[in-house]
Amino acid sequence: MEILRYAIYRFGTMLLTLLLVSVLVFCIINLPPGDFLSNQIAELRATGQEAGVAKAEFLRREYALDKPLWQQYFIWMGLLPGPHGFSGMVQGNFGWSFEFDRPVSEIVGDSLWLTVLVNLAAVLFVYLVALPLGVLAAAKSRTMIDYTAAFIGYLGLATPNFLLALILFYYGHQYLGLPIGGLMAPEYEGEPMSWEKVRSILIHLIVPTFVIGTSGASAMMQRLRANMLDELGKPYVETAVAKGMRPSRMLMKYPLRVAFNPFVADIGNLLPAMVSGSVLVSVVLGLQTIGPVLLQALKSQDMFLSGFVLMFVALLTLIGTMISDVLLVLLDPRIRYESRDT
Amino acid sequence: MRPLLSVEDLSIGFGKDNPVVRNVSFSVAAGETLAIVGESGSGKTISCRAILRILPRAARLDCGRMILAGNGADGDLDLAQISERQMRHVRGNRIAMIFQEPMRSLSPLHRIGNQVSEVLHLHGRCSEAEARQQVLDCFERVGFPDPERTWRSYPFELSGGMRQRAMIAMAMVAKPELLIADEPTTALDVTTQAQVLGLMKELQQETGMAMILVTHDLGVVANMAEQVVVMHKGRVMEAGAAEPILRAPAHPYTQDLFHAAPKIPQEPAARRETGTEGPDKDLILELKHVTKTFTLRSGKSWSKPTLVRACEEVDLELPRGTTLAIVGESGSGKTTAARIALGAETVDPGGEILFRASPGADPLRVHDMDRAARRAFQRQAQMVFQDPYSSLSPRQRILDTLSEPLEIHGTGSRADHRDRAAEMLGLVGLPTDMLTRFPHAFSGGQRQRLSIARALMLDPKLLVCDEPTSALDVSVQEQILSLLEEIRDARQLSYLFISHDLAVVARIADEVAVMRRGMIVEQAPPEVLFHDPKHPYTKALIAAQPVPDVDRPINLKLVAQGAGAPENWPEAFRFAGQDAPPLVPLDPGHKVRCHV
Repeated sequence: MEILRYAIYRFGTMLLTLLLVSVLVFCIINLPPGDFLSNQIAELRATGQEAGVAKAEFLRREYALDKPLWQQYFIWMGLLPGPHGFSGMVQGNFGWSFEFDRPVSEIVGDSLWLTVLVNLAAVLFVYLVALPLGVLAAAKSRTMIDYTAAFIGYLGLATPNFLLALILFYYGHQYLGLPIGGLMAPEYEGEPMSWEKVRSILIHLIVPTFVIGTSGASAMMQRLRANMLDELGKPYVETAVAKGMRPSRMLMKYPLRVAFNPFVADIGNLLPAMVSGSVLVSVVLGLQTIGPVLLQALKSQDMFLSGFVLMFVALLTLIGTMISDVLLVLLDPRIRYESRDT
Repeated sequence: MRPLLSVEDLSIGFGKDNPVVRNVSFSVAAGETLAIVGESGSGKTISCRAILRILPRAARLDCGRMILAGNGADGDLDLAQISERQMRHVRGNRIAMIFQEPMRSLSPLHRIGNQVSEVLHLHGRCSEAEARQQVLDCFERVGFPDPERTWRSYPFELSGGMRQRAMIAMAMVAKPELLIADEPTTALDVTTQAQVLGLMKELQQETGMAMILVTHDLGVVANMAEQVVVMHKGRVMEAGAAEPILRAPAHPYTQDLFHAAPKIPQEPAARRETGTEGPDKDLILELKHVTKTFTLRSGKSWSKPTLVRACEEVDLELPRGTTLAIVGESGSGKTTAARIALGAETVDPGGEILFRASPGADPLRVHDMDRAARRAFQRQAQMVFQDPYSSLSPRQRILDTLSEPLEIHGTGSRADHRDRAAEMLGLVGLPTDMLTRFPHAFSGGQRQRLSIARALMLDPKLLVCDEPTSALDVSVQEQILSLLEEIRDARQLSYLFISHDLAVVARIADEVAVMRRGMIVEQAPPEVLFHDPKHPYTKALIAAQPVPDVDRPINLKLVAQGAGAPENWPEAFRFAGQDAPPLVPLDPGHKVRCHV
């Protein structure tokens, strides 16, 4: 029950944080002088296309861009009635992309869940690789196993992701017949979900997961190794050995449990790092994730689109931190009991 | 009788260096206690860990045999030779071990019950339900009032003494034939130590197991052991039955150890003439009605914070040129009192701390200083810390460490600093050519000399010593105490001396205040306090102190009563809750907290 209450409390603070973030995001997307429409109007005027100007002016009124900034924020959030009543983030209307001339939700629709999918795969990859390797490197510290793991890890850290992507595409295609680019074979795009499509997506996921996850995995592995080594020197490890435990079981039960905390606490940091870190990779790999969309939207000052993408990334981060906080409380009695009356 | 374990010709080395343990032999029989005594670096810990082969990875067993006598089914085992698999069957099952630091020897993330019952599961002794019952019985046996609750507890919910009891339960639950205890009570308060030692002895008598007790404390040896091995620098100096060795040590090293061991004197020592008698005392420091309340905030912002009284109505007077000692166990508030005396902690309204730099000077109100006054005060009052290993910066040369206080206070040139530093090194008995070295080149005792030298750099009038010898070996402890005494008398210093160790205090103090849970329970000069203690808590502290004399065993009854709850104290001292009686002078200079 304690944990449920904590989770609810944590969810509440997350919503509050999200509200704060929305203010920040709105400020940021309004920082550059002008907006997409005023830029466009100026351009149209300069080239004498008065007809277009009328449409742009109409859009300006339609999206309340002629109102003061604070009103714009509340209308965007859907907390104040705009020209069409309450219609903003809160109501699920994410605005209009001026660049693509389509609603934001339509543009990001598919890439949203593809982003989540790619990043989840990458996070999973990071944990699945870093956990055993980190433990192994610590248990066999200062042996060839440790050095080899460290070498590969540093190689992963040091290689630029896009370069790794190109190399993997080349060799993956040549020797394993892996597809190049994209997140599914072109014929499935826009098609409804089917087994074939799922298969195609999974095969396409292999290289991106590897590319995006490698550096995170090597960093995580090194961190886990260092934590484990710290723990291995603690007296309770000696106690466990003196009980007559087998080394492998002892490692799993005691030091790993303690070294696990930072590991879990990292979930929150991993997500945004991957989303922003994978922009370039997504461009190179031609992934239909949200990264390239964000890049494009920021470049052309397509404010509602970039605002939505930034909010989405923030949401991912906050959910990640919330998950890791709740997990930590579950895992570590010391944290759990601190918030309890004694 | 054939010994249960006999270690013959054991040598242990690290890498290519010379062995750190050389040709050590000892043996222990069932039902018997063998004490391995030595100072730090004597190889006592590593020898006993070698028995279970839990050595650092770099260590190697050079030679030697460790024969564990067979029990029925198994034949004799040479622990130095058997496979890791066989060894695991011995560990925790036939030979169990208790470690020094109960705070850190239990996993912080697993419940006590889980950690203890694991021993039984590992050695496949019994079913889940049986194991649980056995563990609960064991908890009850080692003195947990509510075994079920202990089963569910995490280590951080227990006090140090209770954690060590949990460790003992963990070691005992599989009913081992041999228990190795590595300084099992060193990290505990004296009264707790006495109770834990008593418990270990009882358990041994019940089960008939053998015990190897590693310790630096001859007092513990006298209370516990039948056999003794004295080790020094990896070699056995003297070995044999405990009683004759304790009565008449033959080897010069053992004699030195005995000589250095601080004792509570049995005969009242002649009182040091302090020249502080008379009505108009020259007090350098005065604490009046000092109360300190800490607010513990719970994690929830909406629940009420808990108030903890670290000091309650503490009145102390320190006459110039003398030593006032505050004695108490952990949590008694003695360190808080010292910090308050130095102005490092605020006091609750109403408390006053007055400091007079010179006789007849206007008192400085330490509890209410402005910046300038604080700077001036810091030059007059300095502190010597407990742990010489962490109180000196490892990245600073000695010269820099010593001259830093002068730089902070902006006095003198660099050459002056150097001269002063050299002078102080000489004063604390270190050669002056050590100025350019780093702390790691010094031993613990030398480091403590260095921190004394640093404290003296500004030529203070008052020195607050917070357990200055408790991290040191006994022989070094003795030297540091002598040094402190010499310096006090030569420079007319005054000490506020904080300690948990009555024997140390008996030697250096002119006046002793015993604190318990923030309150002074008894205060008197040492010769009065130690020979005519009135308060049950003081009596418990004195009774709990292990003395290296086989004829003066620890009186567990006195310990249990005095260290227990105030409700169970004798009528004159008894109180409940916050309702403590006042501190009243029974005789001139002897104050006791009791109902008159």
